[in-house]
Amino acid sequence: MTSAQLAAASDADLAEVALTRDEYVHLVESLGREPNRLELGIVGALWSEHCSYKTSKSLLRTLPTKGPRVLQGPGENAGAVDIGHGLACVFKIESHNHPSAIEPYQGAATGVGGILRDIFTMGARPVALLDSLRFGPLDEPHQRHLFDGVVAGIGGYGNCIGVPTVGGELYFDESYRTNCLVNAMCVGVVEQGSLTRAIASGPGNLVLLVGADTGRDGIHGASFASVVLDADSAARRPAVQVGNPFLEKCLMEACLELAGDPRVVAMQDLGAAGLCGSTAELAHRGGCGIEVDVARVSRRETGMTPYEVMLSESQERMLIVARPADVRSLQEVFERWDLHSDVVAVILPEQRFVVRDGGDGVCNLPLDLLVDGAPPRSAPGPRPDRAAPVDMSGGVAPAWSLDEAFLQLLGSPNLGSRAPVFRRYDHQVGDATVILPGGDAAVVRVDGTTLGLALGTDGNSRYAALDARHGAMIAVCEAARNVVATGATPVAVTNCLNFANPEHADVWWDLHDAIEGIGEACRALGIPVVSGNVSLYNDTGGTGIDPTIVIGMVGVINDVALRCTAGFRDEGDLIALIGPIDAELGGSEYQRIAHGVNSGTPPRLDIELERRVHEFVLEAIAAGLLHSAHDCAEGGIAIAVAESCLLGDIGARVDIDGLGSHEGLINGATGILFGESQSRFVISFAREALVRLHELAGRHSVPFRDLGSVGGERVCVTGRIDVSLAGVRRVHEGALIERE
Amino acid sequence: MRFGIAVFPGTWSDRDCKHAVELAGHEAVMLWHKDRDLQRSDCVILPGGFSYGDYLRAGAVARFAPLMESVAEFADAGGLVWGICNGFQILCEAHLLPGALTRNSSLEFRCAPTWLRVEAVDNAFTAGCARGDVLQIPVSHGEGRYVADEETLDMLERDQRVAFRYVRRDGSAVEGESPNGSMHDIAGIVNERRNVLGMMPHPERACEPSLGSSDGMQLFTCVAKSFSDNRAMPVAAAP
Repeated sequence: MTSAQLAAASDADLAEVALTRDEYVHLVESLGREPNRLELGIVGALWSEHCSYKTSKSLLRTLPTKGPRVLQGPGENAGAVDIGHGLACVFKIESHNHPSAIEPYQGAATGVGGILRDIFTMGARPVALLDSLRFGPLDEPHQRHLFDGVVAGIGGYGNCIGVPTVGGELYFDESYRTNCLVNAMCVGVVEQGSLTRAIASGPGNLVLLVGADTGRDGIHGASFASVVLDADSAARRPAVQVGNPFLEKCLMEACLELAGDPRVVAMQDLGAAGLCGSTAELAHRGGCGIEVDVARVSRRETGMTPYEVMLSESQERMLIVARPADVRSLQEVFERWDLHSDVVAVILPEQRFVVRDGGDGVCNLPLDLLVDGAPPRSAPGPRPDRAAPVDMSGGVAPAWSLDEAFLQLLGSPNLGSRAPVFRRYDHQVGDATVILPGGDAAVVRVDGTTLGLALGTDGNSRYAALDARHGAMIAVCEAARNVVATGATPVAVTNCLNFANPEHADVWWDLHDAIEGIGEACRALGIPVVSGNVSLYNDTGGTGIDPTIVIGMVGVINDVALRCTAGFRDEGDLIALIGPIDAELGGSEYQRIAHGVNSGTPPRLDIELERRVHEFVLEAIAAGLLHSAHDCAEGGIAIAVAESCLLGDIGARVDIDGLGSHEGLINGATGILFGESQSRFVISFAREALVRLHELAGRHSVPFRDLGSVGGERVCVTGRIDVSLAGVRRVHEGALIERE
Repeated sequence: MRFGIAVFPGTWSDRDCKHAVELAGHEAVMLWHKDRDLQRSDCVILPGGFSYGDYLRAGAVARFAPLMESVAEFADAGGLVWGICNGFQILCEAHLLPGALTRNSSLEFRCAPTWLRVEAVDNAFTAGCARGDVLQIPVSHGEGRYVADEETLDMLERDQRVAFRYVRRDGSAVEGESPNGSMHDIAGIVNERRNVLGMMPHPERACEPSLGSSDGMQLFTCVAKSFSDNRAMPVAAAP
């Protein structure tokens, strides 16, 4: 089709490539001509929200991304930090929400495959995977179907490729009923000298496409992820890719053989927008241009158009830039792994994006316009007025005793045991997982060193729904707390921002506020953001998700032998609570279970206290004073104590009457037991350590309250809760099991 | 002692086996699936993973690898061959061990600690253990349910070729609650000559207290001791 024929692209043409009329006009003006159909499709893909970050880019610029450990900040396939011993830790989190909503197994599996490629593209061997999952209420059959499919897909890919899945989190909430969330994080380790970049250079250098043949799967995936889901979404199943973890395993091993090899000028995986997105980004980062010949791309189907070849999101493919003289020897490395490769492109000196189909030129665009030219989207409207927070739980006590409330919470899908999920993932391959999933953060030791990496993801969307900025700050703090509980110093963050339709002012402002909140918390705690992903349009039929800010945190323990776990250990040990008691119930799981609402104000957060509490816990662990440390989070003190009992397989007796006066505290004992005040840990220690811990707490100005002692076979709160440990375990372990 | 560790495309516990072998103070060499050279290994380990993606059936394609011809010859000559997880599946597919490993009865992948009761000690792999010893060694598989016909099961029991059985922590019978639903709760078996062992659990993941158990190290130690006690044992010849 010639440009003249497209002179007035129809609304249907633009809808097909998810461009607005204004964007189209901007494109035509910048080009000085009409684009042809291929060019329009390519621009549509690269200007999609998923690729261009046109809504979030200006907001994300405000995040702190620098720090003494940062080797690579945002802008590459993944972020990288210096962990000492000449090593870099490379990591990133990414969403695969839209595909998983349509086809849960393949959507989740290819989400894992994609994030793995981001890590080994940089030369790093993946050492851990984590997954942050959100579904609607588990008692609904469709949600159970999505949940089962996603868990099976994550396991199917991760187990096969041999990278342990060590952590993550899982929430069920009405807000995800029509938009489930699947965020996958991968962490890798590489010698700093072998860190590989995706920056093309050297005009005349050739580009190898390695791995899977190209098929019609996943065409329009990027655009698909950038629109709201609707009744026709199921018909978009062809936009969901199919994963082949075996092929990726071979690709990974071959690429890792080449990490640090001088023959590799650059490496870039193929993800969103396929060959089109990857070649454009590769050349753009290097300030050069690229000419792709689609006729040279091996295909798994006949009759594919250049458009389909360029936009295909077939999985397990990689681009390697090399000098012409080195191409053959590189191909031999891939052939050893039975991987096919084609020379599909050449680097150009001028910043153009050129596509040929054999002899015919079919696309010629200025690269800058393609990669960086999407008109940024600003606020769709002024900040909407928010009603003052009202606590809808109205102080009406449910007809439960505290005992019953305790068991209701423990057995609820959001607080119950995650074992039915983790046992479906290989979390031990690699012989490195020294703290298994189920506690706070998982810890993976680093081969050949004394180092341990503490890894966790976190993001409570109930708080963010009440106050996005505040919820984002809590997400950062809680993720950091999980890492600190193991004795690791938090060193960097990756984030995944899952939001509804940003064309609605309230959603846009929530996104704005959330990014501000992340920035503020990260600056206060001195933790840079080195990578991330934004997933917008999690909205179906006008129903959007609550703001879901998932923080992936990496912490470093210099001597992994000093790590601390969350389970109580020895009979007779003392238990203490570090941090405040405000007895707040706004946004709590108790409020959800007891009153079926999410209302009021989320727990307060004093970021300076948060920082001091981290310092106290880290110093206490490093000094060997603690037998356990556990983040006190959803479900409050009662649930934190129960979890420490379950993990340690030993009971505890706690007395909340000893916490001082309850005067001034709303909600009484319920608030104290189940309130979710922030900046808190439940710790246990030998009696002899008490004096030193008191002194340490005084020095860091952190509240230190005696809670009780470890021992016996019951979980006891004097005068209020008394349940056998076996009973607690039965309820906890049954939370995710399907009831007949 | 030199352990040869097979590497098929899709193998992933090769690195963990190497780690365990070296931790035990022995030498590890990697054996590439396209080669026939066993590099004078004293014991060949077929490690865990998803060889060739486990497409078709777990282990079904790997048995045809050039390396497996040498492994079969080596086993026939009395050489020590140790199949772990996917390696056990490959040994069954290659008919070096009887029976088959099918989908877990839960129909789900299982990664969990398991307790194995040592049932036979007249082989190189468990010779240092006592019958009835309970070892904590984790499993990680989706297709680990051992099945065989009645005749084969009777023969395995009669000839005391069941090396390991899943039990509870205290050594008592799991009564149908094994991680995969294996017949007779079988976790590992040896061949008639007792130089080939196949087991689903991963001893290489249980060689250090910090990984939750060091019981797996006993098996590496046993193999090495058996080997040094019995110098007549064949060594894989260079081609």
